Amino acid sequence: MNFDLTDDQLALRDGIRSLVEGRFPMDRVRGGFDRSVHAELAEAGVFSLRADGFSWADAAVVYEELGRGLVPGPLVWCFGRERITTGYDASLAGSDLVEFLGLVDDVVVVDPRRSQGLVVPVEALEVGEQATWPLDPLTPVWRIQEHGVLGSPIDGSFADLWDQGALLTAAYCVGMADRLAEMAVDYAQERQQFDRPIGSFQAVKHLCADMAVRAELARVATQAAACVLDDPTTGARDRSLSGAKVLAGEAAILNGRSATQVYGGMGFTWEVDVHLFLKRAWVFETQFGGADHHADALAATMPGGHS
Amino acid sequence: MDLRFSDDDEAFRADLRAWLQTALADLAPQPDRDDWHARRVWDTDWQRRLFDAGYAGLNWPKEYGGQAAPPSQQLVFLEETTRARAPYVGVNFVGLLHAGPTIVAEGTAAQKEAHLPKILRGEEVWCQGFSEPGAGSDLASLRTRAVRDGDHYVVTGQKIWCSYGQIGDFGELLVRTDPDAPKHKGITWLMLPMDLPGIEVRPLKTVLGSSEFAELFLDEVRVPVECRVGEENDGWRVTNVTLAFERGTAFVSDLVDATRLVEDLAPYVTDPGHRRELGHIAADLDAIWALTKRNVTQSARGVAGRGPFMIKLAYSEVCQKMGELALKVLERDILTVDGEGPFVEERLRSLAFTIAAGTSQIQRNILGERVLGLPREPR
Repeated sequence: MNFDLTDDQLALRDGIRSLVEGRFPMDRVRGGFDRSVHAELAEAGVFSLRADGFSWADAAVVYEELGRGLVPGPLVWCFGRERITTGYDASLAGSDLVEFLGLVDDVVVVDPRRSQGLVVPVEALEVGEQATWPLDPLTPVWRIQEHGVLGSPIDGSFADLWDQGALLTAAYCVGMADRLAEMAVDYAQERQQFDRPIGSFQAVKHLCADMAVRAELARVATQAAACVLDDPTTGARDRSLSGAKVLAGEAAILNGRSATQVYGGMGFTWEVDVHLFLKRAWVFETQFGGADHHADALAATMPGGHS
Repeated sequence: MDLRFSDDDEAFRADLRAWLQTALADLAPQPDRDDWHARRVWDTDWQRRLFDAGYAGLNWPKEYGGQAAPPSQQLVFLEETTRARAPYVGVNFVGLLHAGPTIVAEGTAAQKEAHLPKILRGEEVWCQGFSEPGAGSDLASLRTRAVRDGDHYVVTGQKIWCSYGQIGDFGELLVRTDPDAPKHKGITWLMLPMDLPGIEVRPLKTVLGSSEFAELFLDEVRVPVECRVGEENDGWRVTNVTLAFERGTAFVSDLVDATRLVEDLAPYVTDPGHRRELGHIAADLDAIWALTKRNVTQSARGVAGRGPFMIKLAYSEVCQKMGELALKVLERDILTVDGEGPFVEERLRSLAFTIAAGTSQIQRNILGERVLGLPREPR
């Protein structure tokens, strides 16, 4: 039992962190996703980690770093695929919005209710208008006319696709939650009011402490879920994945809100990065099951539940 | 990262599981919670059986009766004893998880020899004398005086929240030995033999109607100098060894209890909204358990992580949520404390969790200042 990053994982983390810091500074991140973003991450091996012999625990380490850097794009859907891919959850009744649709080669159309997934080339879809005011400026969305979808079944099982998507999304959220806690702590050190750093006041200090705890609990939950995906004998797969998605999604959202609060008026400006993290966290809450879905799923695995 | 246990650990697990099955089969029923003598007998008997089977003091040095086992085996021990619903430390709490570890870290060879084996065999029960009526969160402002008189300290003062004060053989006692020094510099850590003249113990009735707490009144109690652990006036540092330990792993036992409780509560939870809350609570508890594994791994490698500063805050807060959920679920069955399951009693007990051993507010100060590096509030 060695539940900490190995030396190899520390090296992997440091490597991807320096890549993200070097290639994806915030001014580039604010430019949004394009083919060059995909090409550079693909070249670094981000999407082919599993094929290259890395574990799910390794992949979680890498996606956490992508989240720290808020690297834009349908990065979870691109994992394990060569073509640029986004995803569309056909079970989300009434929604006809798809993230990144105009920028990709393929769309994975999933229906979790029926445990089905199809890979559809984007040419086979009737792509509608791009929305003019997306919630997350770095997650552009297009409308889709979903008539006569033709595609090929996904490789592997739907359960694997869904679980792996939940895991990588959770890992990305952990990175965001951790970065938000750091940003809030840094700001609380430097911002002076009443002739002293605002971080010396317990009201602000306690917000920061809670942010750090949330990020850490979400991290260990996500890494534990990754270890269970790697070796299903080490835990309960559904329970650990649902727990990770609940905690990571909420950590990203709540830390986004707390960071906004610590930054005060500046936190409500476009200029400060906090809103970009918070908006992404809200977007991720709509993918691979939100907190309500996963809390229910987790409870269903417990006594008295109907799983 | 790898959650798989080694072959050695799995062999340890298999042996333990077999032993527990036999040992628990002839365990006497748990005594009445107010019968302190019977509780002492029951808890110390179990401790003796653990000792005889080689499961006492897993992380204590071998020369004093411990096992010097790897931390992973402590985790296996907690997992298996939880699963089997074996008794936990009970009245041995202070000795096993508080005073004992302090003596392991700071005691002289003679002190270790005199106390550690007895604690592990269940022959010596300890209580705690830290807090005072005027020194709670600001523990270092404590005023119980100890004046040196030859080979003795003469101790006068009052302690409160003395866990297991009614049945303790020894108390871990913090006293002020230098009233002129800055408050952190004039404190000394003493082992208090509870049978000395001048000690009065009064049970302290809590919201549960009774409790393991007592008030301690000390009137010119003559404590031999050899009962001092660490140097005179160095007691704050010695205490912090204990408090750091308390924040780190001592609360694993409470986490174990909380995990049992949430599984026991689950069958009663039927409303979909309440089931959802249950899912959130279980997610938190699972994560805190994962953080414990992280802490154990890091401490075995000598890495000082953030986790130990977070465990107590996180578990005590989730226990409050669980307690409230239990009350909602049980509806009017909560009108008697000893009605449906242990849930109402546990809800009352858990009110203390965010207060004892450093309130959640103090925990957040410590996290903010010592871990995140935020500036101290002017004081």
